[in-house]
Amino acid sequence: MSNEVNAPRPAKPPSANKDKVIVRGLNFYYGENHALKEVTLSLFEGQVTAFIGPSGCGKSTLLRVLNRMYDLYPGQRAEGEVLLDGENILSKGLDLNLLRSRVGMVFQKPTPFPMTIYDNIAFGVRLYEKLPKSEMDGRVESSLKRTALWNEVKDKLNASGLSLSGGQQQRLCIARTVAISPEVILFDEPTSALDPISTAKIEELLDELSGEYTIAIVTHNMQQAARVSHYTAFMYLGEMVEFNETNTVFTSPRDKRTQDYVTGRFG
Amino acid sequence: MAGLYSGRKRRNIVWTGLAYAATVLGLTMLMIILATLIWNGFGGLSLDVFTKNTAPPGVVGGLLNSIVGSIITTVIGLAIGAPLGILAGTYLAEYGRNTRLAVVVRFINDILLSAPSIVIGLFIYELLVVPVGHFSALAGGVALAVLGAPIMVRTTEDMLNLVPNTLREAASALGMPRSLVIRHVAYRAVRSGIITGVLLAIARMTGETAPLIFTALGNSLFSLDPRGPMSSLPLIIYEFARSPYAEQQKLAWTGALILTFAVLALSISARALSASSKQS
Repeated sequence: MSNEVNAPRPAKPPSANKDKVIVRGLNFYYGENHALKEVTLSLFEGQVTAFIGPSGCGKSTLLRVLNRMYDLYPGQRAEGEVLLDGENILSKGLDLNLLRSRVGMVFQKPTPFPMTIYDNIAFGVRLYEKLPKSEMDGRVESSLKRTALWNEVKDKLNASGLSLSGGQQQRLCIARTVAISPEVILFDEPTSALDPISTAKIEELLDELSGEYTIAIVTHNMQQAARVSHYTAFMYLGEMVEFNETNTVFTSPRDKRTQDYVTGRFG
Repeated sequence: MAGLYSGRKRRNIVWTGLAYAATVLGLTMLMIILATLIWNGFGGLSLDVFTKNTAPPGVVGGLLNSIVGSIITTVIGLAIGAPLGILAGTYLAEYGRNTRLAVVVRFINDILLSAPSIVIGLFIYELLVVPVGHFSALAGGVALAVLGAPIMVRTTEDMLNLVPNTLREAASALGMPRSLVIRHVAYRAVRSGIITGVLLAIARMTGETAPLIFTALGNSLFSLDPRGPMSSLPLIIYEFARSPYAEQQKLAWTGALILTFAVLALSISARALSASSKQS
């Protein structure tokens, strides 16, 4: 059976590849459950890296280690090294809030805060910067423009964020993340709750945001991985099976399991 | 096939009928209570009720001291009980979750929720009346707080449990500290529910007699001093309803009418509030 994935996008020239995040020998446990086993990979600056694999393979878990989201829950722990610009983010004394301001996250389901569209964006910004009203207005506008939402909401910035459609809500959440200027943005299946048109808009957005931000995206949709990512990591049962340029992973994978998965034989 | 269907149809008619009957029965009771209150109490409504204090038989009196006393003891109860209840509920939902302490607190709260109010009154009597040596509105307020707080603990916890974890994660993912996540995101998401809980607690507190008998005691004079005994509507209804004098009995009816409609107004505004904030 031939590979059905259309034209995976080429990676940017290797000269541009600077390690932004380095994961080395990462093990993760949910209580007794060993969910990630000796995972090693790099996120390159300004590139999009997709994590693919069947359900339960640990791709979302890996994503949640990168901003220490797992810290919210007792009984979950990570061992190994995750370096963000050379600094180990797993170290105990780390300021989690500072980390999360540098590593933003967008979730599967849109999660607008129960406040106005304007405040959804301004609220995060206010955590870090005291801006006069006019500058805040500018920041809200530029964030909404960046996520192609401005024209749809500019006349109702004081409406509740919850009044928007699902796709708009998701773009609002991305705008909210972009507004605090993170360096890395993590996307956890950002389009799996959205219709095809909204999905296309988010994918365009990912394309525009890459370059400026280092992006990691978890997706169940292999076409999506092929469309949006420069690098792809295939995970299976908590192990990193293959990590390479997206093109290579989809057209000439080294591992049999990767080949089976990307050609749709399991998963 | 046809037999099966007609059987289901018959059963449906029977059960629907029973449900309607139960509804009608409940509503009829409520209507009878309200009608009786209006029938007996409405005639007694006059300006005097709101401007004059309770008086001995033979003198034209009102309920001013009782109304004011009810408001004061309830405000004291609310001032103590609401922060306690909301904060404890927040602890259970946001921090405690399934820790041992939380399980114990939740269990005790459930017991308090259904504790006989007379027992709460006696407890505060031993705690705040006996050592001080006299009855006080303050003790009454504390008793009402003990009565009302568990309601607010429960509603606050239940409401916060409705906040999806994804929303908390989303807020944390922006680097928001936990306290801010709770105050600005979680509370905001279920604000109307928490306020409804507070209003329910107020309704419960204003209607209680038993916790006040041993604490606020009652007072036939006008008093604003929480350190001394104070009148309140439920107490005066209790007292006047047993009185042999017709005019006092009439005032008891009027007091009951005022109390019931005040509580009804609170409940309706609670409903209206939660309905209006759902739309936003």
